[in-house]
Amino acid sequence: MTTKLFGEPVRRREDARLITGQGRYLDDLGAGALAAAFVRSPHAHARIVDIDVSAALDVEGLVAIYTWEDLPGALAEPLPLLIPHPALTHGRTAYPLAREIVRHVGEPVVMVVARDRYLAEDACALIRVDYEILKPVVGVEEAVRGVHLVHEDVPGNVGAHLVQEVPGPAGQTAWEAIDAAPHRLEFRLDVERSASMPLEGKGVYARWDADDESLRVYSSTQTSTSVRMAIAAKLGLPLPKVEVIAPDVGGGFGVKIMHPWPEEVLVPWAARQLNHEVKWTEDRREHFVSSSHERGQVQHVRVGFDDDGRVLGLEVEILHDHGAYTPYGIIVPIITSTQLLGPYKVGAYRVEFSSVYTNTVQVTPYRGAGRPQGVFCMERTMDKIAAYLGKDRTEVRAANFIQPDEFPYDQGLTFQDGRPLIYDSGDYPEALRMLKELIGWDSFPEEKARAAAEGRRIGIGVGCYVEGTGVGPYEGGHVQITSDGRVHVSTGLTSQGQGHETVFAQIAATELGVPIEKVSVVTGDTRRFGYAVGTFASRAAVMSGNAIALACRKVREKALRIAAEALEADPRDLEITDGMVHVSGVPSASIPLATVAVLSNPLRYAFDEEARRATQFAGPASDDRPPVAEGEEPGLEGRDYYSPIRSTFAAGMHAAIVETDPDTAEIKILRYAVVHDCGRLINPMIVEGQIHGGVAQGVGGALYEKMVYDEHGQLLNASFMDFLMPYATEVPRVETAHLETPSPLNPLGIKGAGEAGVIPVSAVVASAIEDAEGIPIDRMPISPSDLHALRQAR
Amino acid sequence: MNETRHHVTLTVNGVVREATVPGRRLLSDCLRHDLGLTGTHVGCEHGVCGACTVLLDGEPVRSCLTLAVTADGHEITTVEGLARDGEPSPVQRAFAECHALQCGFCTPGFLCTLTAFLRDNPAPTEEEALEAVAGNLCRCTGYQNILKAVHRAAELQAEEGGA
Ligand code: FES
Ligand code: FES
Repeated sequence: MTTKLFGEPVRRREDARLITGQGRYLDDLGAGALAAAFVRSPHAHARIVDIDVSAALDVEGLVAIYTWEDLPGALAEPLPLLIPHPALTHGRTAYPLAREIVRHVGEPVVMVVARDRYLAEDACALIRVDYEILKPVVGVEEAVRGVHLVHEDVPGNVGAHLVQEVPGPAGQTAWEAIDAAPHRLEFRLDVERSASMPLEGKGVYARWDADDESLRVYSSTQTSTSVRMAIAAKLGLPLPKVEVIAPDVGGGFGVKIMHPWPEEVLVPWAARQLNHEVKWTEDRREHFVSSSHERGQVQHVRVGFDDDGRVLGLEVEILHDHGAYTPYGIIVPIITSTQLLGPYKVGAYRVEFSSVYTNTVQVTPYRGAGRPQGVFCMERTMDKIAAYLGKDRTEVRAANFIQPDEFPYDQGLTFQDGRPLIYDSGDYPEALRMLKELIGWDSFPEEKARAAAEGRRIGIGVGCYVEGTGVGPYEGGHVQITSDGRVHVSTGLTSQGQGHETVFAQIAATELGVPIEKVSVVTGDTRRFGYAVGTFASRAAVMSGNAIALACRKVREKALRIAAEALEADPRDLEITDGMVHVSGVPSASIPLATVAVLSNPLRYAFDEEARRATQFAGPASDDRPPVAEGEEPGLEGRDYYSPIRSTFAAGMHAAIVETDPDTAEIKILRYAVVHDCGRLINPMIVEGQIHGGVAQGVGGALYEKMVYDEHGQLLNASFMDFLMPYATEVPRVETAHLETPSPLNPLGIKGAGEAGVIPVSAVVASAIEDAEGIPIDRMPISPSDLHALRQAR
Repeated sequence: MNETRHHVTLTVNGVVREATVPGRRLLSDCLRHDLGLTGTHVGCEHGVCGACTVLLDGEPVRSCLTLAVTADGHEITTVEGLARDGEPSPVQRAFAECHALQCGFCTPGFLCTLTAFLRDNPAPTEEEALEAVAGNLCRCTGYQNILKAVHRAAELQAEEGGA
């Protein structure tokens, strides 16, 4: 039996090419392409007075220079606002090339195409843009003062304002509940900006076929299907004439779900204009100043609670910095506001956010997408309640948990997908029990005392989260079995390291009863599958995994029907094992799937051995039936879609032990423990890998990473030298334990896992540092000098 | 404005290769775009991430900080040259076995770095292994499985009777 692969730590099928240098990433393609480069704004806010390209014209190898004035039709319009929302009353997006005003350092102003990138950059350096400098707006608090405006027609710099309220059990408002509560606390929290920062930047490579009037575009994207639609619309091309392919992608983490990036429409347009392949590969500095950031928020919290630490009312006011534009709508603050509640029942809840413009790079989702901020808020609140009451922090959390028998649990809010925020399943008390055991929570006080006796300062912290995963609206899968017995699986969403080629093959092999070696998987190629949403929101396994399973079931059913006829058996008595359809218990009465594939097509030219052999199974054609019966299709293939009624909710709890140096204020994470529940696991090895990587990014966000803007809107740390991403020396070993509460919402019972690792890390590390130091930690990240300053201020 | 071009001869993965390049051409670009060896990746172009690491006369160097002309006459090994007789090397196999890569973009740099490291130190301690990988960035894996792979590669290498 080779076919029970679901749930096994199957080795990755993508690795063979990636470890030998045979991967094909964006910049590995298009050896003969011209290179594009961009002149980008050096100012955070300025009016373009004049663009003088004359000095650049002599550059050897120069092919073309384009400014906004050159852009035709829809290309000259602002880029789309992907996710409108009624609360986003003042949504604004950028032009592909700046028109009149630039609103952040890095905004593209001129596109240059030349024979190679060096020459294109030479030309860029010679183009003179005269700017009239305008007052920049930097920082959310500066923005809401509204003295200077990022967009002239957006008063107070407020793009969106949204209030969501859930009354308490007796119908009281959050304000009433807080005022009536036995205890109250009020505080402010700050979370800095960070960014996805995949090791491969963005990139676009376009080939225009003049004979065929068609366009093929490769983009390092998390959504090839939507990039395709955007290009067709912006270039005025019929959709079937545009194909978009995501090749191997060197990490995404959210930034590549944003689309279309200016370059994704400009490069294909230039390729068509010039009737020559054109490629643009983002460099690291460009990535820092022109690709999205995330996280930055200021939160004001008021909470009322009883003697047991049970929250009776919670009010959170969020100032969210969305940067210069809002192409991705207000998904991030919506997620913060809703996922903030985590595994808890908080009585009455009121959350209000203002999403404001600043003259900085736009903010769109980065792994976690607003959840780390929300969890930071809720978990800091729990710790503060515990400290106030002198209770154990885990006890306060437990007092607020939704209980296992309360699912499905309706939080009374509207989630990011516009659907009610109803948790499908979970077991939070058990997760906490497992976590405490894993980290040794109950014996920590002795450990701490022992360390103190040696002059060492250690602390323990905890953080819990619930993550809505697998948001709709849908994904699809296509499965075809060909006459050589191979199984070809495709789905529209893309891959950036999640091992989809492996996990989707596991699903297909399990569903169809074929050896995994026979299965190949293609993702993110619109030539193979045209309808998809994309890879984000921990949705790929849930959405495409289930769609592929459903498509396989269709194919399986058809295969059994055809085989039953050939074997003169009842389809219900048939099984598929190792690629052979056979009568249960009678292995000799069998027919290979390859042969079934031949039989499924009444056109049987004997191109191969299988087709020749198949004739022995083919029954006589019936004169009163068409060769392809009504409702049938030739071929052994099937397509299906999975569209869930709402998201499925994964959960997890993390704990850490940190040590802080009494003299240098250095912070070291000694241990890091994770209990994780993403429903049924398709491949535990891959899920663990996702958690490790997420935690590492979380550690970056907790201790190191921030975007340092000065008051002029200059990003001061736009390089890997100055933006401190963790190396191996900064990341603790992650100890994991899995809890599996299957989702009742989908056929495979799975929940998403991609973002989980990153979500609670800032909260956990803050909790642990606070425990070690006895100083409230209300702002992340925290560096040794920040901690030193906090010690001084005590 | 025509740039002066230089003729360089490099022995890459045991094969003599020639290119004519301007003085400013980075070794990373020369390998990738002049010689078509795109396995070497570029993550920062300022010497921090290590994705572009190749072996120059057996020692790891950042090809984004090296000019192609300075490599003239030298031997270079890239990720494409690590396999022996079509078989992935111990370090390569260990990476696949230990799930030490996700997107795979950083991987060639780690593989080259570790190939040299394990040649010089076939049985590293935990600490030595950590130090060996601490100059390369990976945004996907959290490094835990990369560290595991260092030790696994050492085992595989020992089983094969040394480098
Ligand atoms: S690309 Fe050379 S070190 Fe990053
Ligand atoms: S595997 Fe993606 S950067 Fe390392």
